[in-house]
Order: sequence, then structure tokens, then C-alpha cells
Amino acid sequence: MSATFIGMPGNFPKNSAQAVQNSQLRYNLRKATHTIRGKRASVVGELPDWQELRAAGKAIKDETLRHLDRYLLQLEEAVTAAGGHVHWARDAAEANRIVAGLVKATGEREVVKVKSMATQEIGLNEALAAEGITAYETDLAELIVQLGDDFPSHILVPAIHRNRAEIREIFLDRMEDAPPGLTDEPAALAEAARVHLRERFLRSRVAVSGANFMIAETGTLVVLESEGNGRMCLTLPETLISVVGIEKVLPTWRDLEVFLQLLPRSSTGERMNPYTSTWTGSAEGQDFHLVLLDNGRTDVLADEVGRQALRCIRCSACLNVCPVYERAGGHAYGSVYPGPIGAILTPQLRGMGSELDASLPYASSLCGACYEVCPVAIDIPEVLVDLRAKAPHGAAERAGMRVAGWVLNDQARLAAAQRAATRLRGLVPRRLPGPLSAWTDTRDLPDIPEESFRDWWEREG
Amino acid sequence: MRVALFITCVNDTLFPGTGKAVVSLLRRLGCEVDFPAAQTCCGQMHVNTGYREEGVRLARHFTEVFAGYDAVVAPSGSCAAMVREQYPKLVRPGSRGAAAVAAVAPKVYELSEFLVDVLKVEDVGAYFPHRVTYHPTCHSLRGLRLGDRPARLLRNVRGLDLVPLPGAEECCGFGGTFAVKNPAVSSAMGADKVRGVLDTGAEVLCAADNSCLMHIGGMLGRQRTGVRVMHLAEILASTEEVKAS
Repeated sequence: MSATFIGMPGNFPKNSAQAVQNSQLRYNLRKATHTIRGKRASVVGELPDWQELRAAGKAIKDETLRHLDRYLLQLEEAVTAAGGHVHWARDAAEANRIVAGLVKATGEREVVKVKSMATQEIGLNEALAAEGITAYETDLAELIVQLGDDFPSHILVPAIHRNRAEIREIFLDRMEDAPPGLTDEPAALAEAARVHLRERFLRSRVAVSGANFMIAETGTLVVLESEGNGRMCLTLPETLISVVGIEKVLPTWRDLEVFLQLLPRSSTGERMNPYTSTWTGSAEGQDFHLVLLDNGRTDVLADEVGRQALRCIRCSACLNVCPVYERAGGHAYGSVYPGPIGAILTPQLRGMGSELDASLPYASSLCGACYEVCPVAIDIPEVLVDLRAKAPHGAAERAGMRVAGWVLNDQARLAAAQRAATRLRGLVPRRLPGPLSAWTDTRDLPDIPEESFRDWWEREG
Repeated sequence: MRVALFITCVNDTLFPGTGKAVVSLLRRLGCEVDFPAAQTCCGQMHVNTGYREEGVRLARHFTEVFAGYDAVVAPSGSCAAMVREQYPKLVRPGSRGAAAVAAVAPKVYELSEFLVDVLKVEDVGAYFPHRVTYHPTCHSLRGLRLGDRPARLLRNVRGLDLVPLPGAEECCGFGGTFAVKNPAVSSAMGADKVRGVLDTGAEVLCAADNSCLMHIGGMLGRQRTGVRVMHLAEILASTEEVKAS
């Protein structure tokens, strides 16, 4: 059973300070993010109309979000007409309750899962466990995380912080049917997982999934994946329960054209993902339930600046280019949504009441690399800066910033402060005390000049 | 041509040599340089740290001080990007503030933009016989999209050996108050940038932003690497007659 992030203590600076000292983590992340980054750059670079596609993706999402109520009702109608059942969940607790109830009604005590961010977000596995239901992750990386009692650290590649030697050890320790002579060859590891999961697929009568997209006009759900394990879950069990965030709806089938190009190229760096599964209601004879999840999304929608985060299609391109994520790792963000998108999504979905969540908008140097690669043009730096204005500030910092603002707002005060600094220039120690040591622990201070530019200008300019 | 120099508070206070270099360079190229003494700070630190009210006050002051100039030149990609990219987001559409920003912001140029796009020069007559590598700071690269303007200027400097910086487009980890709010990650990013700089074998690391250079240079200095940092303006101002320090 994988652990849950909810209520995790600490804050981003502290968590990441530990992570940057972990040489194995730094090596794994550098290697993995740079590889995916390169693949993405090359497949995006070969499309001459990428910027047009990106603009189209943004426009479709914005239009959908503007009329979200209408499209959701249309979706409900279409899913119901196709024999599916639609449930509305205001928050995580309600969604978990609905899913647990549906599973219990089948009389089953276990479910297989398609990789899904929404169910991670609501802590579904733990909620089901509390009801005596075991949820088995079937995505290879999610399986590694689950077997290792670990936290996911990446949206697309949840076990990105693990290398193959570590994965071999997890399999040998925790997977009862792992072959004794298992090597750390990727093919051998994949085969061991395949054999292990195959038995689950054939046995399980209930599956739980999320969805990448939901089409309002037809009531169709869409899942993109690489392994085919998702398709096993979506097609074999008699009951399928899909938990999907309300922002995942798209108006028409045709809109998929744009996203089926944007997502795989941004995400895995492939021109096309290996498996695209679509299903409409209970058309295939399955008992199908759709749980539409709000869990803070309508609050995000109400925020003029922050709502653009709801355009996110969970591709992870922003994680893979983020210099902060690359060094801090995903766990430091204390959320299933790490990296730049997590830094704007988590504080909006959960609020900034905890020390950790309040530190997330500051977990960025505002370098802008995330915005540049985002396939739906979410201006992440803009949202970060907006959230910082809403975040709680410490009393000492607030006082300091107020004084700095007062000094900087007047040329005479600024000049006086500069002259004071000049007079003290010989007295500045190489290592500063208190919070200012954050600078001098690793960096020399610049020398304070003999006179400021403005004093020089007045004299000689 | 008469231009206003926006020195920026960091350069004014800590790096006056950069300001002097801009003045001497622009004068050499035939510009009349004005320094509006009422100028202070663009407000970036406050806005980006979450103190919008103080930042907006500074932004208003900026638009008042620099109203009426044909061109405002700033030796900082970051501060120029603040004015051009972020000011419009701080004002209410249709307000007086929005009109003031619309009047001033498009006239604010980062130094290399002003040289290449407005003065249309790429050879500024500089001489600097050293091995130099250039770090394109994030706000120059992804904010202002300076592209290869700084490199074109540097390539025309006599005696200068420009060597490419590995991982150039990656952030150095400064990020304003990020450097002290998240010192561990900031330093880890800086360490990788330092490694890139050392790999080039350059004597000098050049950039269009002294704040990023203060961070990278602070690490280069602490580690006794012997590599020094210089603002682009100081290299471009350097001639056979008046050498840069």
C-alpha cells in the first residue's frame, strides 16, 4: 500500500535541502529528466505548427472551462444515455465513499487500477483499504511505488526517483511471485511485473480508472497509456469505475485531434502513445460508473489568474524541464502533483493553511522554462507570483519588505541607505548571521562599492 | 539620440561600474545619456516575493519618472522584463495606471536590444583580449527573448574568445529571494552552473544581469575558481585605450 501525502509535515525548503544531498536521487533524476526533456524537444521540434496546436489546446480548454456547467450536464446526459451511471463528488471523502460503496455492491474485495492522478489525489487506495478492499496498481511505475510503500514523485513516471537496481530489490523483497534469479535488466524486470500482473487482470472483476479526457457530445472517456495494462483493466473486469476531475471534459470528439498530438509529444516524447482506449457508457456490456470529482476545482475556477491551472493535461513536461524539480525531487512537494504544476495546483486545491502548502508558491526561481514547454500555455510563473501575494508571510519578512519598500520608494532615502552601506563596507563579515546566512553559506558577498552610481553621476556624470 | 538610463537599484547600490560602463559605451556611440535622479527600483523583488502593494507603488513611481523619454535603457534583462512583461499584469485594464504603463513599457530596452535593434550596431568598437563564456539569464532568454543579440555583440569584440557554455539555458538558481528562501536548491543549481562555466576554461563569465552574476560569482569566488564575472556592458565599454578593470 503506498503512503499518502495528506498531512505531510515540513516545508519545501527543508524537504528539498535533504533531497539535494542525496547523490543517488540527484543522479537518477538528472539522467531521467534530461532524457525525457531531449525526446520531447526533438518530437516537438519536428512539428512546424506546434505553437498553433498549443494555442488551439489553450483555446479549447478555456472555452470548455468558461461553460463547464453546460458541458458537464451534456456529458452526464450522454453517459447515462449510453447505459452508464454518473455520480457527482464534491470532495475526496464523498468520492471515496461513492467508489467504496460501488465496489462493495459487487461483493468483491479487490480492484485493479489504471494509473490515475485523480484517485491518488483523493487517497482512494487508503480509503478502500479502510473498508477492507484491496486496490492493486497495475501501471508498472505505480506498482513499484505501491510495493515499496513509497510516495509517487512524478506525474508520468511516479518511480522516477528509483533506478533499476532499486526496483530489482523492491521486487525481490515485496513481490511474492518474483523469480529468485531476477536481474536488474529492464526486460527481466518488466517480465516479472507482467507475470505478476497478468494473474491480477484475469482474477479481478472490478477496475478503477481515471481518464485523460471525457467527450461531452458522445459521453466517451479516453485513456492514453504506454503499457497496455490500462486496457486490460478497462476491458476485462465486469465493473468499471472511473474517477475523473471535472476539468477533464472536452466539448467534441473532434477536439481530441489537438490533444492526441499535444499530450504524447509533451509527455513521453513520443509522436503517438502506444495505447489509446476509448469507451462510451456500458456499450461493451460492462457496468460503468463515472464519478465526477470537484475536490477544490470549482474554487480554482473562480480565481481569474489561477484558473488557467485547470487547463493542465498532466503531461509532466514542466517537471522534466524544471531545474528546481530536478534537484529537489518530487517528494519535497508533499503532493501527488509535484514540480511547477504542483506548485500552483496543490496550494489552490488544498489552500495554503499548512506550512508545506504555503511554501510551494516559492518553490521556483521563476525561470520560465515550464511556461515555455507547457502544451496548453499555462503561465506558471504568473500564477506562482499571484499565489505568493496571497500566501501568508512571516512577521519579520513582512517588516523587512515594508522597510525596503519605503527606502526604495524615494531617491533621498535610497541615497542615504547607500551612503550608510558605504560607510559600513569594511565591517561586513564574510559570513552573515541569522537568516542572511542563507546567502553566505555557499556564496561570497559582493564588495560594497566606495560610492553608489547615483553619487558618482552627481559628481562626474 | 537622447536616452534615459535606468540603472536599477542593484546596479546603483552594488555595481556602479556597470552603470559607468553603460554611460561610456552609449556616449561613444553618439547618444546623449540622461540619468533621471528620481529613479529608484522597478519593484520586481516586492512583486515576485508576494508584496504586490509595495511593488505597485514602485512601479507607479517608475512610470512617472520615465514618462516622456523616447528610450529607456537598462543594463538588466530581468528589470527590463519586469517593466515590459509584468507591469501590464499589475494594472487594471482601462485604468490610468494601464495607460501610464502602455506609454512607458514599450520604450524600455535591455542594453543589447537597444544596441542591436535601435542603434543598429553589432560592432561597438570594443577590445577585450580574454576567453569569455556567456550565460543567457532566464529573463533575458525566455522573458525578453534576446536571442543571440548579446553573442553577436561579443563576437564583434576584438581579441575576445567566446566559448559556448554547456547547459547555458538552464537557470543559475538565483531567482531573487528564491536564493535565500530555498538556499539548498538555489546552491545546487548554482553548483551545476559553476561546473558548466569551469568546463569552458573561460576566465570571464559574462551576462546581462548582475544579480545572477552576484550569485554565480559568489559561488565561483567562494570556491576560489579564479573565474571572474563581468556584466556585458563592461566588456562592451572596454577599449584599447580604456581597459575594463
